[in-house]
Amino acid sequence: MRGFLKFVKKETLHILRDSRTMLIALLMPVVQILLFGFAISTEVNNVNVAVVVPKWDEQIRQSINKLSSNPYITYKGAIAEHEIDQNLRSGKVDAIVVFAHDFDRLMTQWKQNGNGKAAMQFIMDASNTNTAQAGAGYLNNILAGELMQSNSLVETHMLFNPQMKSAFNFVPGIMGMIFILICAMLTSVAIVREKETGTMDVLLVSPVRPLTIILAKMTPYFILSCINLTTILLLARFVLGIPMSGNLSSIIVVSLVYLLLSLSLGLLISTIAKQQIVALLISAAVMIMPIVMLSGMMFPVENMPAVLKPVSAIVPARWYIDAMRKLLIQGASFGLILKDFLILVGMTLALLAIALKNFKDKLE
Amino acid sequence: MSNTDFIIQVKDLTKQFGTFTAVDHITFEVERGEIFGFLGANGAGKTTAMRMLCGLSYPTSGSGTVAGFDVVKEGEKIKRHIGYMSQRFSLYDDLTMMENMELFGGIYGVKSRELKERATALLHKLEFIEERDTMVGSLPLGWKQKLAFAVATLHRPEIVFLDEPTGGVDPITRRQFWEMIYQAASEGTTIFVTTHYMDEAEYCNRISMMVDGKIKALDTPANLKKSFNAASMDQVFRILARDAQRGD
Repeated sequence: MRGFLKFVKKETLHILRDSRTMLIALLMPVVQILLFGFAISTEVNNVNVAVVVPKWDEQIRQSINKLSSNPYITYKGAIAEHEIDQNLRSGKVDAIVVFAHDFDRLMTQWKQNGNGKAAMQFIMDASNTNTAQAGAGYLNNILAGELMQSNSLVETHMLFNPQMKSAFNFVPGIMGMIFILICAMLTSVAIVREKETGTMDVLLVSPVRPLTIILAKMTPYFILSCINLTTILLLARFVLGIPMSGNLSSIIVVSLVYLLLSLSLGLLISTIAKQQIVALLISAAVMIMPIVMLSGMMFPVENMPAVLKPVSAIVPARWYIDAMRKLLIQGASFGLILKDFLILVGMTLALLAIALKNFKDKLE
Repeated sequence: MSNTDFIIQVKDLTKQFGTFTAVDHITFEVERGEIFGFLGANGAGKTTAMRMLCGLSYPTSGSGTVAGFDVVKEGEKIKRHIGYMSQRFSLYDDLTMMENMELFGGIYGVKSRELKERATALLHKLEFIEERDTMVGSLPLGWKQKLAFAVATLHRPEIVFLDEPTGGVDPITRRQFWEMIYQAASEGTTIFVTTHYMDEAEYCNRISMMVDGKIKALDTPANLKKSFNAASMDQVFRILARDAQRGD
């Protein structure tokens, strides 16, 4: 036990003295949360809209008022019909609303009968499909929302994330990535570094058991990750305003399992790689790419082609991110994430067994 | 520990990797308190043999004892009674001199207070005491090697294995390093050293020459030179290594 603590102290000193790694490990989560929370988002803001008005009247003025006062829309003024094409091509505007010349009469008809001829046209720049779709949605809501809703067959409620904030979606994804990065990548690099410098030999000739060395190596990174978990949860709750309606202890338990899983993955990589650079490459190629592409962090698993779905099922982050989404955003109970949890536990045990076996084999 | 005069006794020790026989039935003894030179070209099997003696690797066949413990069954006990310094510099660059000593002393179970005393005494002797809180990474290589030797003997092992300890060090530091070795030997520690430098071989009490996994010669430097009719150890080595199949 004393030997173990000495080792933990040594590993902690390594981390503390490597200020760059330390900075990356502690700041990365904060920066990512803030970036995804505020700067980068899949929400479409500031849609530039111009209007074409053949004949001004009170109805049109009201509609334009609604447009220009909407926070998602930047109103660019009225243009003439022949300027439409040039405005869209030059990128000055993303969308143009063309009002009918008898807008007044058509709208009254709609309000009375609930049907009629089209009263306006949206012309969208669809070179960016995302902006075009979202923009059309906004315009529809702003200009026709009141009419549609009073007569609509369908009533839509956005549960769990009524403002459709993309940060809600990203926080679980960031958690899935950060822990893998810190636990798996940094740990494997730290173990391989000792092999590379030759200090591993000296440790192995000493009476310390190899398992003790490895456990001691993992401990500080585990603690570091727990600090990160706390930071992320606090930022998510109080800065991004994520409801965190799920049971906090469930969130923590699932996260701890995921940390263990990441550490086992790191150990496994360290038994394969002989150089730090190789460990880094394996981590990046085998872990980061699948996590970003296949875990559902950015692209929904449901949209994947049939070939990729089974592949995504072996990406641990997929299950963790899914569980975190349910717990953090939907406030699901533990029973609903039981499947995710069990899969994670199973993966952890399997990885740990393979890693330890590999580690012992390599010693001989 | 053991009443015998031999701290290492090895009989027909063999290590095979697949079909490749790295160490081929070596048999030898090392006396307590002796400086034993373990020589051979690269790839001759020195390191593999040494790893078996240190309890790092199981022999495929053969038997032996180190410090009174069986190399096959009691590897863990052997580790407690030996010191080891590898050919690559093997302390932590980002720990201070004192921290390195405390870490390795602690690993070998030296009690804290005694550890502090011994470490301080050693640093005084090496005239490093002023630098006790300096990161090892910023020290010159010669200093590092001396410190590494001090660390390897901190827990007063009965025998120290030195795997090419003076690689890349200037001649003056090498001399000082050998003075440390002599001092340790005079205090009763057995030294088992591999080296590339043939002039260093002359400093050893006895030498074994390994070629292609086998020990081809084992005697005092003087006797070896006489029996091979050679002027220097370098020449002895050339004669022996001439027929080597392996090597770099």
